[in-house]
Amino acid sequence: MSHDTHEEVHITPYKTYYIILGLLLVLTAITVGVTLIHLGTFSVAVALFVATIKGSLVLLYFMHLKFDNKLFLALVAIVFAVYTAVIAITFIDYLSR
Amino acid sequence: MSDHSTTQSHGLVHRDDEGSKLGMWLFIFTEILLFGALFLVYSVYRFKNQDAFHAAALNLDTVIGTINTVILIVSSATIAMSISALQQKNKKLAITLMVITLVLAFSFLVNKYFEWGAKFHHGLYPGAEHLISLGSGQNQFFFLYFFMTGLHAFHVIVGMGFIIFVMRQVMRDELTYNNYTRLENAGLYWHLVDLIWIYLFPLFYLIH
Amino acid sequence: MSETVLKAGTADQQYQPSYLEMETKHKGILAWILATDHKRIAQLYFFSMMIMFLIGALIGVLIRIELMAPGRTIMDAQTYNGFFTLHGIIMIFMFVIPGLPAVFGNFVMPIMIGAKDVAFPRVNLLSWYLYVIGGLIVLTSQFVGSGPPDGGWTFYAPYSVKSAANIGMAAMGAFFLGFSSILTGLNFLVTIHRMRAPGMDWFKMPLFVWALYATGWIQILATPVVGITLVLVVFERVFQLGFFDPAFGGDPILYQHLFWIYSHPAVYIMILPAMGAISEIIPTFAQRTIFGYKAIVVSSLLIAFVGYFVWGHHMYTSGMSDTAKWVFSFITFLVAIPSAIKVFNWVATLYKGSIDIQPPLLYAVSFMFTFMIGGFTGLIIGAVAQDIHLHDTTFIVGHFHYIVFGGTGFAFFGALHYWYPKMYGRMYNIKLANIAWGLFFFGFNVLYFPMFVAGYMGMPRRYFDYLPEFYIPNLISTMGSWFLYAGIILMIYNLVKSRKTGAIAPANPWNGVTLEWSIQSPPTYENFDEIPVVKDGPYKFK
Repeated sequence: MSHDTHEEVHITPYKTYYIILGLLLVLTAITVGVTLIHLGTFSVAVALFVATIKGSLVLLYFMHLKFDNKLFLALVAIVFAVYTAVIAITFIDYLSR
Repeated sequence: MSDHSTTQSHGLVHRDDEGSKLGMWLFIFTEILLFGALFLVYSVYRFKNQDAFHAAALNLDTVIGTINTVILIVSSATIAMSISALQQKNKKLAITLMVITLVLAFSFLVNKYFEWGAKFHHGLYPGAEHLISLGSGQNQFFFLYFFMTGLHAFHVIVGMGFIIFVMRQVMRDELTYNNYTRLENAGLYWHLVDLIWIYLFPLFYLIH
Repeated sequence: MSETVLKAGTADQQYQPSYLEMETKHKGILAWILATDHKRIAQLYFFSMMIMFLIGALIGVLIRIELMAPGRTIMDAQTYNGFFTLHGIIMIFMFVIPGLPAVFGNFVMPIMIGAKDVAFPRVNLLSWYLYVIGGLIVLTSQFVGSGPPDGGWTFYAPYSVKSAANIGMAAMGAFFLGFSSILTGLNFLVTIHRMRAPGMDWFKMPLFVWALYATGWIQILATPVVGITLVLVVFERVFQLGFFDPAFGGDPILYQHLFWIYSHPAVYIMILPAMGAISEIIPTFAQRTIFGYKAIVVSSLLIAFVGYFVWGHHMYTSGMSDTAKWVFSFITFLVAIPSAIKVFNWVATLYKGSIDIQPPLLYAVSFMFTFMIGGFTGLIIGAVAQDIHLHDTTFIVGHFHYIVFGGTGFAFFGALHYWYPKMYGRMYNIKLANIAWGLFFFGFNVLYFPMFVAGYMGMPRRYFDYLPEFYIPNLISTMGSWFLYAGIILMIYNLVKSRKTGAIAPANPWNGVTLEWSIQSPPTYENFDEIPVVKDGPYKFK
């Protein structure tokens, strides 16, 4: 339980944020653009896939999961896994009704 | 959640930055599950009323939705950069970036206000005769639309309050380059607001 | 427990002012209701919770008197509906869910890990206020608006969104109580992660702390789901929305999914800390290291994890698909394994121990007895085929009272008798405590066991009236409730009286070895003069 957090301060350079911001804007453009082409049932999958990439960028860079204590990264992963499992199990009911 | 573990009464001048950040993350988990439950409701009703959801989504303004998405993404970047600024002892830049974040947040709400206003104008609100005549699937879409974007807007307001709170502390030098966890926590909260919107946006505005 | 710790700890040669007497910034009642000390907050919780428990138990006795004979006995049908709803809301949301974590978790957990307080003392106080506000809202809902809430503590839609009774307000109260529970869980998780004393590794923590850790995760990950669901119900009532109303294409079964996604894990919020407390009491009174420490730790985490995915077993008769039914049934059977591991380990700990039969051990052993009956009947109704027959009968009522009251209730009072000398520095009358336990245990079984019989015969639960063939089990059950209540009253009399007049308790009356026994009774404000350095795992008896 040492409090050495100050010795290894990580300062994210502005450049990183510019790059991530640029990527997020490009991905937003892609996801809006994709709706113009009709992909049928794939459109939900594509939208969620792009949203998940964007979400991961926000979590890793803006929310510093990449640089912080890896405990946080592990916890976030577990929480999302539990949540996904809850959705999946609920849909066992709806898909088989 | 901004509460530090410092307890003057216990005579401990002991600050646990990692602990307060962990507390913030745990709080964020509760928020994720809170919205998660609503996304579950959304997926079940969309699964049951696929055509109605597509038809109803056509009433939403993709342009405003996209503008608001860009606003939130940029504001998310500015608050993240203000942390770097404060860490580099550039107090002035940190405050400027926070002010930009707040302005962007406010413009998000203004857009939301006009967007909701237009829906009410077109009789697309819960209980309106026009909406009821569209059938139960479209009703569910708009219940969820109002409830989820409304709850999100509420989080935008709370996030703005949080940022104003830490901004005052930065101004008074209560938060500095070696004591910035509270700013980080406000930032985390703001990114959460962004994160939720990243999913709300395609699920409501982009089903065509 | 290392030598150095014991030396530094058993410093009651020189008594210092305890947390009960210390001077604070505020005076009088304010010194309590504005306290941020974890021990004082534990006391705040304890008193508010006991008031709610006594109200809830009294209502329970009234319900039993009404059911003593067929037809109207002492109240009309609508009052009865209101009463069983209120009994459920009070007991579930205000007693068993917050019970052990908020009272004993707050009191001993920081001490057990060698900390001076929890991570966020002011948030801790805030969660007590949220508890009180939630409690007051629920109680107020009885007297204002369009009549006391009815329809049960589960707020099942669509009845809850259509009933004229004051259900919205009660749901809001439950929302606040949930928020309080979230903040407690959050606080404990950060405390356990960040504030363990030097040397207190994860696998040197006492098992009660581990149980609270697992519980904290459920509180954080499950409670928001029910919170937002109750808000949806309130909005549906107020703003003409129709999330769960079939008239708007809403799906009432989805409500049940959402409700049980929280409320089944909530059962583990109730039982895990109870199991943790039992895992403290048993080694102390057997003077023997706990059998299978790591197995108990892992089983706590497994219960928390697997317990998150079994909610559907509350819904076998509600219209779920058959596939979902057997999936949920299968996962439900899996949860029985870690629960059984714990019972096995407790029994193995007692085996060949030097057992000292004291009130806390009596409660712990009777916990094992009642919990096993509750657990095995749980397997019976966890199987789909039997549940179709037994669902919504008093068999279910019997089952969950054996788990929730026979489990959490007995563990709560066992923990109370265990830590009472630490909390107040006084010892209660052991003989009286034993008699109260006897009445309690006897009354409990007489009250709830006949429910299995009546339920198996087909008596529906929550009914105001019943057929004459169910008369005998109901009569026996009602008589049992009197013994139970007498036991509770006697126990409270004993504890309240001993608070002022009991013999002075030593620092370590039971010869326990976890850290809380190494400091004076009652503890000082700071708990430890010097933060102890831990070398060995817990439960090393000499």
